[in-house]
Amino acid sequence: MRVSVDLNLCQAYAQCCYAAPRYFRIDGREALFYDPSPAAADRVEIERARLACPVQAIRVQDPEA
Amino acid sequence: MPADARPERIVVVGAGLAGLRGAEAIRAAGFRGSLTIVGNEPHRPYDRPPLSKHVLTGQVAADASQLPSSLGDDVTWRLSIGAETLDREARRLRLSNGETLPYDRLLIATGTRARPWIHADEAKLRNVFSIRSRDDAASLRATLAAKPKRVLVIGAGFIGCEVAAVCRELDLPVCLIDSSPSPLARALGHTIGAYIGEIHRGRGVDLRMGSEVAHLEHADGRATGARLKDGEVLSADVVVVALGAVRNTEWMTGSGLSADSGGVDCDDHGHVLDESGQPDRSIAAAGDVARFPHPLYGGRRVALEHWGHAVAQAEHAGRLLVGEDLPVPYAALPNFWSIQGDMVVKSAGLTDGADAVAIVQGDPADRRFVALYGRAGRCIAAVAVDSARWLPAYADKVASGAPFPPIDTATDRPLREPEIRDPGFA
Repeated sequence: MRVSVDLNLCQAYAQCCYAAPRYFRIDGREALFYDPSPAAADRVEIERARLACPVQAIRVQDPEA
Repeated sequence: MPADARPERIVVVGAGLAGLRGAEAIRAAGFRGSLTIVGNEPHRPYDRPPLSKHVLTGQVAADASQLPSSLGDDVTWRLSIGAETLDREARRLRLSNGETLPYDRLLIATGTRARPWIHADEAKLRNVFSIRSRDDAASLRATLAAKPKRVLVIGAGFIGCEVAAVCRELDLPVCLIDSSPSPLARALGHTIGAYIGEIHRGRGVDLRMGSEVAHLEHADGRATGARLKDGEVLSADVVVVALGAVRNTEWMTGSGLSADSGGVDCDDHGHVLDESGQPDRSIAAAGDVARFPHPLYGGRRVALEHWGHAVAQAEHAGRLLVGEDLPVPYAALPNFWSIQGDMVVKSAGLTDGADAVAIVQGDPADRRFVALYGRAGRCIAAVAVDSARWLPAYADKVASGAPFPPIDTATDRPLREPEIRDPGFA
């Protein structure tokens, strides 16, 4: 699975970190760390993170695409 | 075919972020003809920002940042191949493998490459690095993981600051050197750069501002340090050259397009211009390589090396090539971010030409603030350090050319005008 985050948009609301804690993390006050290639089996978790983002900064490509 | 006919073949030169998003926009706009993407790296488009951050810390593998894409199988990828020449009369490219590739519409998105170290022989030393491609980042990562004794970073722009911060996260001694009085001084001015420099210094970066490297010392094909212009020698077993970027325009030489090391010129639609200033409506450019007149800055021609700009301008250029009617002029507000260790620096607008700056929110002493830049009484840029949520409000002031100094104040301070300072551009 391919993930990218528009960090211009990201404002560190950290909703992705709650939705998919294995793949998103805030360092310091607002520095987002994300895993750009999560395991395909965790599609649901990543989709939850994508939908939870208040500024819709997360883009995901399905593994089969 | 005439410029107003329906194109059947579209070629995108450059397989980075702008090339990818441009190609997606071309398909999203309904183009069903043949679409070819030419890229000189062997890889599908990947995201570069992680390369100078989490790839170097080892938290993300160098080959893990391939970009998500909506493109399907109806795209022809020509990778490990560069464009060598452009014949606009015949509307075809000659590629590095000798083939010719015809087009009806062409999107130029060849981006930039790292500016090489000033001495070519020293740039070839085994432990001298620059970062542009994921292969660059992978080899630097491997070197940092081997716990070098001291890293020397030449150039305290955004990439240099990010690399220095990574070194401290890895607990590596690092020296950051630049002829400017403070880090990021060219981009943000000395006043704000000095605050950011203090943050890095506080994290253990050995800042050598106002210093220049004369040459690298070396033995057995490896750099052993750097001799400064004042004669001091700094020892180092890794050298990272972060002196900015050079635009990839050489392949346009002889095409009649107005292009040089600062980019290829575009009109306010996004079409490229020829040497007499006439637009070629079959060609658009996007991303780092495109130099265009920005209406927010009096039509001054700018080429922006920003992630968000590559996306926005590529989408615009893709739709333009397919024949969509788009608002003129193209006027997206420039913005970027930089993650330096766990500190986030974000900006909206362009600081060039600023004659004043004010801290309008937060406090540099708390390492968290927003600086607003003014020029001739208007807001032209805002820079946020660990204050991302406040930036959009100031970006609005920049986009609308609101008066500077601002007449309202932030919620975290009493109602009075902020202290206006010299931004400190050289």
